[in-house]
Amino acid sequence: MALPDWFARSTTLAGAPELYSLTVSLAEWRSAIENLAAAGGRLVALWASGDAINAPTVRAAFLVQRLGLVLCLPLADRQGAYPGIEDLFPAAGRMQRAVADLSGVHATAADRRPWLRHAAWPESFRPLVDPAPPSGAELGIDAYEFVRVEGEGVHEIAVGPVHAGIIEPGHFRFSTVGEKVLKLEERLGYVHKGIERRFTEMPILEGHRLAARVSGDSAVAFSWAYCQALEGITATVIPPRAAWLRALYLELERIANHLGDLGALGNDAGFAFGLVQFSRLKEQLLRANHEALGERYLMNALVPGGTRRDLDRGAASMVRRCLKEIAQEALTLRTIFDEHEGLRDRFTGAGTVAPELAARLGVTGLAGRASGQAFDLRQDLPCDPYVELAPAKCGRTEGDVAARVAVRFDELAESCRLAQHILQKLPPGPHVVPVRAPGDGTIGAGLIEGWRGPVLVALEAGPAGGIRRCHPHDPSWQNWPALEYGILGNIVPDFPLINKSFNLSYSGHDL
Amino acid sequence: MLKTLRQIVAVGIATEPPPKAEESLRVRAALHEQILAVLGRALCIRHIDAGSCNGCELEIHALNNPLYNLEGLGVRFVASPRHADLLLVSGPVSKHMEVALRRTHEATPDPKLVVAVGDCACTGGIFGEGYASCGRVSNVIPVDVTVPGCPPSPTRLLEGILAAVARSSANSCTSSA
Repeated sequence: MALPDWFARSTTLAGAPELYSLTVSLAEWRSAIENLAAAGGRLVALWASGDAINAPTVRAAFLVQRLGLVLCLPLADRQGAYPGIEDLFPAAGRMQRAVADLSGVHATAADRRPWLRHAAWPESFRPLVDPAPPSGAELGIDAYEFVRVEGEGVHEIAVGPVHAGIIEPGHFRFSTVGEKVLKLEERLGYVHKGIERRFTEMPILEGHRLAARVSGDSAVAFSWAYCQALEGITATVIPPRAAWLRALYLELERIANHLGDLGALGNDAGFAFGLVQFSRLKEQLLRANHEALGERYLMNALVPGGTRRDLDRGAASMVRRCLKEIAQEALTLRTIFDEHEGLRDRFTGAGTVAPELAARLGVTGLAGRASGQAFDLRQDLPCDPYVELAPAKCGRTEGDVAARVAVRFDELAESCRLAQHILQKLPPGPHVVPVRAPGDGTIGAGLIEGWRGPVLVALEAGPAGGIRRCHPHDPSWQNWPALEYGILGNIVPDFPLINKSFNLSYSGHDL
Repeated sequence: MLKTLRQIVAVGIATEPPPKAEESLRVRAALHEQILAVLGRALCIRHIDAGSCNGCELEIHALNNPLYNLEGLGVRFVASPRHADLLLVSGPVSKHMEVALRRTHEATPDPKLVVAVGDCACTGGIFGEGYASCGRVSNVIPVDVTVPGCPPSPTRLLEGILAAVARSSANSCTSSA
């Protein structure tokens, strides 16, 4: 079979545009995914559904040739392993391990180590399947098997989980010779707090609030993806004004994060001036958010059916003035960054992920675009109003810290332009319509290009207005492994800078 | 270099006056005089994300921007709990962070203060308690001050941090300078 044959058999999936669903047999699973890999497809997410009553189904979402496809592999029992796909899509390796930890379904992969499960629950307990964990289980510290590097002069540096700054927790194990990094192995899962199980305890009309808190810096992206899935399932058409306001919020979120990152990147390269200047601009934006929308971070801005608040004319022009100043100041600061020899020296050639490697690893979003992976949902699979907004695509091919800085500067300017355009052309009408809880068993998925990359939320309605399964996926899953490669051959003191240039989410990944 | 200097001059000093300590945020009154005698006016903070969504971290970062200018108040973030006077803890405590949080608390020299920031740290928040979450911070280590909010604004955070170290009005007349 070829790719068009798989799509011919598929059915439309509610939610994001051009998204299809196809149930495959165990025999077809690998061959369909081989076709997707050969056609240059990208793996978005891999997860499993099913509970104590329903048999498990492994699902994998792909983007290929401006279409989305979710492959569903129903399994008759949990005992047998399903064919792993980590050889075709390396990012799937950790996702498969997470599925084993949470749903008790294993892939035929060599790496059988747990990923999200440390010592909080025993292997026998499957958080997304079993009703309650065994009582009296002792909390402790587990012994994770890191890959050892041996040889004369090789030593290990263990960092984390508590880091020496205002950062989320995770563990990094460096194997080094002198200052040079021979290997970095990440261990994540420290902030796993049971988000997916928590979703199943919430009413489906409330789930957007939890979605906004999967990764606080991507609140708009996640809550929009959640609402998009829910609105797809319930056949709700949101008013044009709601879609435009959501796009405004998404761009404001992108601008805020890019401002924060650009300042921090300057600081990590010893240029405190950058942090001071950019954090001042970011604070101005957050205050404008607060004045216009009642909150500095847009944690509650989206609701099913539209947006929580409308934006009046006065607030819109206030935000426009703020954005105009930010865009101008950012331009001045870009010149200063570009002409600063010290910054150029630290940024150029540091933490390089070459385009071929990025393609092989499936590096996505902002980091992908800095490594020649010119993919952006806003252009390649746009939902309303991005079809009309037609944002310009930003990208570089060098794949180093300098490229990730440059993409941030480009996207910052473009997002300011988009936000100005939206504020100017905001269509009239209502900003929200009512949404009713969907029927039991209906499914959908939302896909939104957050500031880090594509965010997916897959949603399955349960009985009595509940949630049977909700899987939020952060693009950090794809990009964390790229950091392990990006640091190779660099020196340990450059790690904070390189890590910051990716700025990946722990919470969004650990769930 | 000239552009950099021109920008610094053009922007000027952006720092605003700090808020007052918000004593209603204080949940534990113990040790106060002893702590103040040791700490004086300078304060070193160690931040620990014990399971947050990273929203609180964004606002904690903002404390260092020139408008709030935390360092200007003699308060700074340090890289080790052994250098810290105050632990600023965010998030519901994930079970995977419980041991790390306890150890960080133990590694902080006495007398020490704990400020729990954000709804999750104060009550467990939207995540609550579950198979992977211990809920609020005081379920794991003793807490002196709670700062609610999702996320709390930098002003609110400052009020809470200052409340932890400010002399309470009840004993201010007996305290020595």
